[in-house]
Amino acid sequence: MTTAHAEGAAGNLPHEPEKATLEGRNKVLAFWLFLGGESVLFGTLFATFLALRNQTNEGPSANDLFHLPLVAAATFLLLVSSLTSVFAIQAMHRGKVTVLRNWLLVTVFLGLCFLVLEIYEFSVYVRHEEFGMTTSAFSSAFYTLVGFHGAHVAFGILWISVLIGQLARKGLTVVTAPKIYVSAMYWHFIDVVWVFIFTVVYLLGKVG
Amino acid sequence: MDWITTVDHKKIAILYLWAGGLFFGIGGLEAILIRIQLIKPMNTFLDAQTFNELITMHGTTMIFLGVMPVIFALMNAVIPLQIGARDVAFPFLNALGFWTFLFGGVLLNLSWIMGGAPDAGWTSYTPLSTTQYSGTHGVDFYTIGLQIAGLGTLIGGINFLATIITMRAPGMSFMRMPMFVWASFITSAIILFAFPAITVGLVLLTFDRILEANFFDTSAGGNSVLWQHIFWIFGHPEVYILILPAFGIISEVIPTFARKRLFGYSSMVFATILIAFLGFMVWAHHMFTTGLGPVANALFSVSTMLIAVPTGIKIFNWLFTMWGGQVRFTTPNLFAVGFIPTFTMGGVTGVMLASAPADFQFHDTYFVVAHFHYVIVGGLVLGLFAGLHYWWPKMFGRMLNETLGKWTFWTFIIGFHLTFFVQHFLGLMGMQRRVFTYLPNQQFDLLNLISTIGAGLMGVGMLIFLTNIFLTSRKPADAPDDPWEDGRTLEWTISSPPPEYNFKQTPLVRGLDAFWKEKTSGHKTMTPAEPVGPIHMPSATILPFLMSVGIFIAGLGFMFSRDDFGNAFMGFMFNNYLVTAIGLVITFGSMLLRSLYDDHGWHIEPEELEGR
Ligand code: HEM
Ligand SMILES: [Cu+2]
Repeated sequence: MTTAHAEGAAGNLPHEPEKATLEGRNKVLAFWLFLGGESVLFGTLFATFLALRNQTNEGPSANDLFHLPLVAAATFLLLVSSLTSVFAIQAMHRGKVTVLRNWLLVTVFLGLCFLVLEIYEFSVYVRHEEFGMTTSAFSSAFYTLVGFHGAHVAFGILWISVLIGQLARKGLTVVTAPKIYVSAMYWHFIDVVWVFIFTVVYLLGKVG
Repeated sequence: MDWITTVDHKKIAILYLWAGGLFFGIGGLEAILIRIQLIKPMNTFLDAQTFNELITMHGTTMIFLGVMPVIFALMNAVIPLQIGARDVAFPFLNALGFWTFLFGGVLLNLSWIMGGAPDAGWTSYTPLSTTQYSGTHGVDFYTIGLQIAGLGTLIGGINFLATIITMRAPGMSFMRMPMFVWASFITSAIILFAFPAITVGLVLLTFDRILEANFFDTSAGGNSVLWQHIFWIFGHPEVYILILPAFGIISEVIPTFARKRLFGYSSMVFATILIAFLGFMVWAHHMFTTGLGPVANALFSVSTMLIAVPTGIKIFNWLFTMWGGQVRFTTPNLFAVGFIPTFTMGGVTGVMLASAPADFQFHDTYFVVAHFHYVIVGGLVLGLFAGLHYWWPKMFGRMLNETLGKWTFWTFIIGFHLTFFVQHFLGLMGMQRRVFTYLPNQQFDLLNLISTIGAGLMGVGMLIFLTNIFLTSRKPADAPDDPWEDGRTLEWTISSPPPEYNFKQTPLVRGLDAFWKEKTSGHKTMTPAEPVGPIHMPSATILPFLMSVGIFIAGLGFMFSRDDFGNAFMGFMFNNYLVTAIGLVITFGSMLLRSLYDDHGWHIEPEELEGR
């Protein structure tokens, strides 16, 4: 079985280092499978939200709450962070470790900004609109769906940060490359889910 | 210590087997208590609350903590061997899956000593399972315990999928895979797409109970039927997660003991895929009486009945395999042959239940109880017995005693039919399920007595099996490589039990039933596909265990976060989510360690391989 003793010197790395070992290929494959499961997870949350989105229990409705410019800004941040993670992977394929690290840092930074906006948004709802978890079935569904996504973002930030640390310690190898590649896949997935949230929760909430 | 840190799929299989066996024993005791309570009308052996807790824990334990782990035990023990691999794709995750399952199960069972078990039925229907009707922490143990255990199952499923896709020996195309591998593959795919749904369901119910959310609270706009949809979108596929591995086992055992190749191999493969696919479209047949309306009921009724077609194909293929074969009735084959009619009966009552108008009569009576026990016990459990007797020599290097095995079979199957056959009639006569007692003179008395006697007999069968295991474990481990002599697949080409690297040289597969193929062309061993070389092994690690301990602590912390503790320190720790935080720190800390200290494993050198 393939062990990856190939160290540091990025120049010697194959073009797609994430798929150079069986372990790496397994990781990528398993991660695709995992994302299949995650899709069911979010699918169920979306279905729940759709079933309950008009059950406001005399509390605020989507139309009362949502402030589209704020959400649009958050969306923009997240979409750009997906792009920067693509740049990171491209740099990885070219073996440019510093460029890779920098793009990862930018990605993490954008993710953090997104998270800050979301926390701000939630806090406004809770403090000024009296819209908490317990207000209505709609509020429960909203916080759970959007919060789950937010938790995914937070986890992604932690994860990529650890990988940046790992990159500094161990360099780009056939062991670290699959992890970075897979975390980028995860980040895209989070982004796609957000596009659905933006449409189904916010746009539909404003117009539907 | 060895066992806590192991990442070897064969040892993890044994861990799953013992843990599953333990929970199976607990679930069995619960079943016996249920049956003692129902032995006569107006019995006062148990009170209503205890009875509710017992049926809830019995169903939950049996399904999630009893039979699923035993299935996972066999999958772990057999899949890598049958595909000619040295291990699973992710040994670390494999260990993690086991430990999360175990700690989830332990958490669930702690409820018995920490203020009351869940009491809303294994389906936890809302509003029965909300704090309004179920005020103890029981259902919290259910939601959080199952959540943790489910995580382990999901990890296991992904691991098996990746293993089967990428680690097959050269020459083993998909259409040359043993049926057990196929069944496990499809089962894992169902796990992947069904478990996330229950994950969400359990989260929503937890939030309703602990954070006072309103998903299922109709007075705040919630929807109670939503729970049923989510539960059964997971729940119906779950029954195929249980039965497909049994199908796989039967498809291995029957050809071996009929000395014939499996009849209709490719139709078996496609039937398996079709069953899995249809399994996702029929969930609402559990909800005919909730008022979905005639159109929905009709559609779900028809789609359910469709599943009988691929299932029928399988039954006939097994019969045709035996037809004209030189059938040997060893213990594994007895169980396999016993499986066929018993499971078929369960299938027939299933089609009866799938007829929506008829289901309005059968629903929530003992007819349903009889149906699913014919499928789960008469199908899956007989299948597991067949598989355990069949692969025992491979797993432990010792043959189980044949005489005791036959005694196990006869007591178990007679006890089984005594217990559950009569329940069909109890149901048709109107005896409701989940009711802790019944009035005398409704013609329920005698049949219930028979049912309880049957349950006792099944218990005796289990005891004989345990005796067999105990006596066998004291004998020397001297089983030959191919103890049934007619082994067809790759696991029978290596020693019993296999060395930790499984295959010294990866075998070259030249056809379906790879080993049989070599035997019939006059070879005694497989042709290797590679020269002898150093073998890479993953190192043992305690991190999976620690990560699971962390999740366990976090779960307990979250569960009691809203409680009033008399003790100030306890209150401080729990109410501020500090316990939860400690648990999460342990888990994430272990993950961090794992990622900072890459471990390259170790090698077994050729000299050492030859030395053995
Ligand atoms: C071997 C694997 C078994 C599995 C997987 C299993 C599973 C289940 C499940 C899912 C339920 C439904 C509980 C509910 O709807 O509340 C149930 C109920 C029941 N089981 Fe089992 N069971 C098994 C073995 C047994 C045995 C050996 C007995 C008898 C000794 C037994 C006796 C009962 C009874 C009496 C009920 C009815 C509870 C009720 O609805 O009133 N089960 N079982
Ligand atoms: Cu069903």
